[in-house]
Amino acid sequence: MNKQNQGPLVHIVKRGVMPWYFGWSIRALAIVLALVACGIISSLVTGENAVEIYTAIIDGSFGSKRKVWVLLQNVAMLLCVALALTPAFKMKFWNLGGEGQALAGALASAACMILMKDMPNALVISCMVITSILAGALWGAIPAVFKAKFGTNETLFTLMMNYVAMQIVAYYSVVWENPKGSGNIGVINPNTMVGWFPQVGSSKYLLNIIIVAVLTIGMYIYLKYSKQGYEIAVVGESERTARYIGIKVDRIIIRTMLISGAICGIAGLLLVGGTNHTLNADIVSGRGFTAVMVAWLAKFNPIWMVFTSFLLVFLGRGAGEIATDFGLNQAFGDILTGIILFFIIGSEFFITYKISFRKSGRKEDK
Amino acid sequence: MFDFIVSFFPRAIAQGVPLLYGSTGEIITQKSGNMNLGIPGVMYVGGICGVIGAFVYEQSLPSPDALNPVLAVLVPTLSCLISSLLMGLLFCFLTVTLRANQNVTGLAMTTFGVGLGNFFGGSLIKLAGADIPFLALSATSNCFKKSLPVADKLGWFGEMFLSYSFLVYLSIAIALVASYIINRTRTGLHLRAVGENPNTADAAGINVNRYKYMATCIGCMIAGLGGLYYVMDYASGIWANNAFGDRGWLAIALVIFTIWRPNVGVLASFLFGGLYILHMYIPSGMNLAVKELYKMLPYVVTIIVLIISSMRNQRDKQPPASLGLAYFREER
Repeated sequence: MNKQNQGPLVHIVKRGVMPWYFGWSIRALAIVLALVACGIISSLVTGENAVEIYTAIIDGSFGSKRKVWVLLQNVAMLLCVALALTPAFKMKFWNLGGEGQALAGALASAACMILMKDMPNALVISCMVITSILAGALWGAIPAVFKAKFGTNETLFTLMMNYVAMQIVAYYSVVWENPKGSGNIGVINPNTMVGWFPQVGSSKYLLNIIIVAVLTIGMYIYLKYSKQGYEIAVVGESERTARYIGIKVDRIIIRTMLISGAICGIAGLLLVGGTNHTLNADIVSGRGFTAVMVAWLAKFNPIWMVFTSFLLVFLGRGAGEIATDFGLNQAFGDILTGIILFFIIGSEFFITYKISFRKSGRKEDK
Repeated sequence: MFDFIVSFFPRAIAQGVPLLYGSTGEIITQKSGNMNLGIPGVMYVGGICGVIGAFVYEQSLPSPDALNPVLAVLVPTLSCLISSLLMGLLFCFLTVTLRANQNVTGLAMTTFGVGLGNFFGGSLIKLAGADIPFLALSATSNCFKKSLPVADKLGWFGEMFLSYSFLVYLSIAIALVASYIINRTRTGLHLRAVGENPNTADAAGINVNRYKYMATCIGCMIAGLGGLYYVMDYASGIWANNAFGDRGWLAIALVIFTIWRPNVGVLASFLFGGLYILHMYIPSGMNLAVKELYKMLPYVVTIIVLIISSMRNQRDKQPPASLGLAYFREER
């Protein structure tokens, strides 16, 4: 077993700069493989053939006009949270607190709707916008201040802030419960519709979608072309370099988290004012976590995020449709989402690294 | 007051044990520099695979009386351990071998694990074509719940300290052993070196990837037992979807709260267990809302500990230095 003179059998090297389509074709391949795996698993579980499974997945998103709107609304909301997290992630600040920041925004707008129910609609809506943005920004800034001043671990801090926000919302769900004793807030102002966003066009979801579309473009420009976006990128790449060239890292961290939290707050605002018109601790329904994956899969590029959030929502709804059609549990969607994520996460390796096998000497050794 | 303690203490411990398993597993994992946010998912998977094992075993019996207590404990435990090991291997393969981002992988694993638990919890009966109305494995659960026979005879002392099942004592034993290994043995020293500075560890001849794999897989298996304890003992073998709740995240909170020390985790987990159920004991009268605020306590306490430990900046009270970073030898 003399292996002294040989290199290892498998050697991993970092790739040089590859053309942009290289990475995306590997990712597309991973998605296709993941879909095949999902089809096989679904077939095994339901006993149906693969064609019916895929038909059901597509049917879940495009089966009817209403389903298409719901799909677009879910894409928009997920995208909104993902957009919010992006500047923080670019700065290598792991903001896992999207859930809590969006909840803070949702709580603020619901509070305006409930406490100001006798005021004119325009005033209520402007208050909702301001307070929810402030609430989200505040919730995001708390971990940022401690990170900037003391280097407190932000991943864990933001994670814990989610549950604090959830319990505060649960508290107010009981305080504002309607009807009494139900333990949850029903639809707020169902008759006067105070604080409900006006309906634009044919669907109540259209306004949300437009707002998120504007945000997407805004975030793209902000990150790519503004001075602040550049500062974020520098801090993310190397904090020492940033300090050396005179960027005040503390200020960037806090400012970026204010923006991140504020956009999460907008997501909460849109959920409460735009569509649900109610508040409960589950209103963000895990988007704060899914958005982390959306943003990461798109390599923090807002435009690609449209596709990644569409992909995840599409598959989630498709899996839900399979579950309904074949009488399975709705959690089936989570399993399929997980499998697809594993494939895409794994594929990143082959984009960044190249595996080279040892050329010769293997056979003589044996 | 004394009666209150005698009734409160065992319930706090029952709540604390899943947290203790989870946090011990996560501490071992994090000591190797892997931040496994998939622990909540792993605990769900451990729980549901225990249920599946028990279900298959119970269904294979000709009659409920033929239940062999040893097998009834062994089958679910093994299926729980194997499934958690697989989850650990998946995490390691993606983050260590393929160097994927640990936060993203962990969150994906949580989505997957919670989905798997709820899916099989809701569909197992339908998939297996069994003719029982709902998933209640009370026969298996009774085997898990066996406690020392002397506990009843010793009054309050027995109730407070001896009335638990073997999984409770096992959780304490694992935590103490883990603490000993991490702080007092060479293996533990190497493990900490890998978590603090993998470059140095690698230069010293420590196999970084092997330590990361071992620590994460063992950590996942321990965490999986927490899920098993929850279903089989605490919930008496009845699986309800999402009943496990946010305990997985609390376990991660506990890791910070104990500042990465499993032996402190024994007491801290019971404290968290107490905080978790404290709201049931608050004589708040008609004000249900305040109870929701009490549920916030464990998280607030964790945040405070996190802040204080970072402010004091003592070197032995910090997270492992390379926590959350993938290691690639050729990258300096």
